[in-house]
Amino acid sequence: MSASVDFQLQLYRTMVTIRHFEERVKFLFLEGIMPGTIHQYQGQEAVATGVCAALRADDVITSTHRPHGHAIAKGLTVESIMHELFGKTTGCCRGKGGSMHLGDLEKGMVPAIAIVGGGIPVATGIGLAFNMKQEPRVAVCFMGDGATNEGTFHESINMGAIWSLPVVYVIENNLYGASTPISQTAKVAHLADRACAYGILGVTVDGNDVLAVYHAAREAVERARAGDGPTLLEAVTYRITGHSRRDPCLYQPEEERKQALEREPLCRFATALLAAGVDQVVLDAIMAEVDAEIEAAVRSAIAAPDPRPEDALDGVFV
Amino acid sequence: MAHLSIAEALRQGLREEMARDERVFCIGEDIGIPGGWGGAFTVTLGLEQEFRARMIDTPISEAGFFGAALGAALMGLRPVADVQYSDFLFCAMDQIVNQIGVMRYMSGGKVTVPLVMRAPVGATGRGAQHARNPEAIFYGVPGIKIVCPATAYDAKGLLKAAIRDDNPVLMFEHKSLYGSKGARAESGALDASSDIPDDDYIVPIGKGIVRREGGDVTVIANLLMMHRALQAAEELAAEGISAEVIDPRSLVPFDWELVEQSVRKTGYAVVVEEGPRTGGIGADIAATLAERCCDYLLAPVARVASPDIPVPFAPPMEDYYRPDAARITRTVRQLRDALPA
Ligand SMILES: Cc1ncc(C[n+]2csc(CCOP(=O)(O)OP(=O)(O)O)c2C)c(N)n1
Ligand SMILES: [Mg+2]
Repeated sequence: MSASVDFQLQLYRTMVTIRHFEERVKFLFLEGIMPGTIHQYQGQEAVATGVCAALRADDVITSTHRPHGHAIAKGLTVESIMHELFGKTTGCCRGKGGSMHLGDLEKGMVPAIAIVGGGIPVATGIGLAFNMKQEPRVAVCFMGDGATNEGTFHESINMGAIWSLPVVYVIENNLYGASTPISQTAKVAHLADRACAYGILGVTVDGNDVLAVYHAAREAVERARAGDGPTLLEAVTYRITGHSRRDPCLYQPEEERKQALEREPLCRFATALLAAGVDQVVLDAIMAEVDAEIEAAVRSAIAAPDPRPEDALDGVFV
Repeated sequence: MAHLSIAEALRQGLREEMARDERVFCIGEDIGIPGGWGGAFTVTLGLEQEFRARMIDTPISEAGFFGAALGAALMGLRPVADVQYSDFLFCAMDQIVNQIGVMRYMSGGKVTVPLVMRAPVGATGRGAQHARNPEAIFYGVPGIKIVCPATAYDAKGLLKAAIRDDNPVLMFEHKSLYGSKGARAESGALDASSDIPDDDYIVPIGKGIVRREGGDVTVIANLLMMHRALQAAEELAAEGISAEVIDPRSLVPFDWELVEQSVRKTGYAVVVEEGPRTGGIGADIAATLAERCCDYLLAPVARVASPDIPVPFAPPMEDYYRPDAARITRTVRQLRDALPA
């Protein structure tokens, strides 16, 4: 399978958007301008990008405490995300959600679930609804490696399997759950091996190779849409930033970090594109457009009015 | 005598208890990872260097390791299990409510469950799922003692008492009071540090304390709200109202005598809590005071609590959600103004 250059440049644009968005946000956060706490996505861009590129607009994803990349890849605007991070009423959750709960169901993204493992049953239920309503739509559940040790993982994927639900369970294996290496909390060589416990297909893919992720996701999504049930798709990647806030990552061996930086997905994809004959000028132009979009979002977010305190009372019930 | 933050005092308490009793161990996520953080708020930082085999880092499996802690307690060990945010207690709810809370009772009193659970509470700019004050929910679960330290002295003393107690004890700690340092420092944190005696001590579970004496109104508050109540008392003093601030320190068992004594003196009571008003601890305190000392109350017990909403993210909304000193002073004034002079 090969992908057209235009399509690959779309993927590149999404990855650059995520990376530059995250770098800008990190800066705003360290400057003390942005409230709250953040869990960032640098290094994992190929996963959200590759998976979401295999989805249709009306397919639905669930996300985690680390949702910025998923939101961008699923088509939420940079502006609506940035405004949410600043806690503005113009944000995608009207300032009620914040960084860990980004989402917009109209774009096919459930407000992100920051309880580790909490999204796995929800994605399963979304798949159940698609089946019951006989809609040819697919649910994707993004989860971290750490989430695979929650009880919800077992309960949900088993249900997805026995009911042949149109769900793709995507494990972003960045080798750590917070500070704890996955090698210390799981005995299997590949987390996708756990699929055999449910009688479904498990696939492990290089999560820093956006095209590899895209192709694996496309197959899983096609199977799901065709009624052939769920796939457990493990994308092996690395978080090249802190777990949250100002984490210096002292628990990651220096050599491991160094190697991970060499394999990080964005440079790697850029190198591949250049090797395939894409002109650097084209990539530079994409970066410039993306940066302009991000800067505009920062400016408009800072200028946007804060919610009124008593707005807190709205929206509990219909 | 050392001057310590709550995080440091808890760490020292854990260290001393583990050294004193080899049955004591810690179990939780990211608590003993070299190069890590010592749990979400640095409480266990470095303990793995002294007690490698007794700092058990778990997978992200709250139901699993709370249940495992119960099993170990039944076999005579004395586990200290912690979640990174109290919101995740709900992931372990079956083990806590259906197992830990009832095991001794179901056995006809034959088994003991010497188990400590630690959980950080408070709305601190993280959105709805890292923000709860779920004290009231557990207050209504029989079979579990609950303690809530507002100072480093109490944190260490209550933790030691909890570890030596043969019953399950749930300790709520406040994120804004830990005094966590370095990269784990909290924005908007308050100073809750204390002088810690060199000698071994405990703070008995079930005993409250008068934080500030006063004769006009009794303000009952714990954790962060205790500090807000002291602030409010200071402001009220400037207006000529003398507030007595009581920190119950334990919720289960509750020091009713201490509170009743104060209310008999002042005739007015205000209960402050950070969690939602409905089904809150304030409701139970108001009802119990009505039962115990109705004749002494010159007005209904007033409640200061959060509105019945999930915790919003945006700072202006979160500040509106969380009770502060101004809300306490306003409530006290209204309470006294309502009465004919
Ligand atoms: C139920 C629950 N337990 C613990 C946490 C605290 N926590 C937040 S993120 C995290 C690590 C998650 O690891 P993983 O699933 O691998 O995702 P990653 O952070 O690597 O993206 C932990 C323990 C949580 N949010 N929810
Ligand atoms: Mg991970």
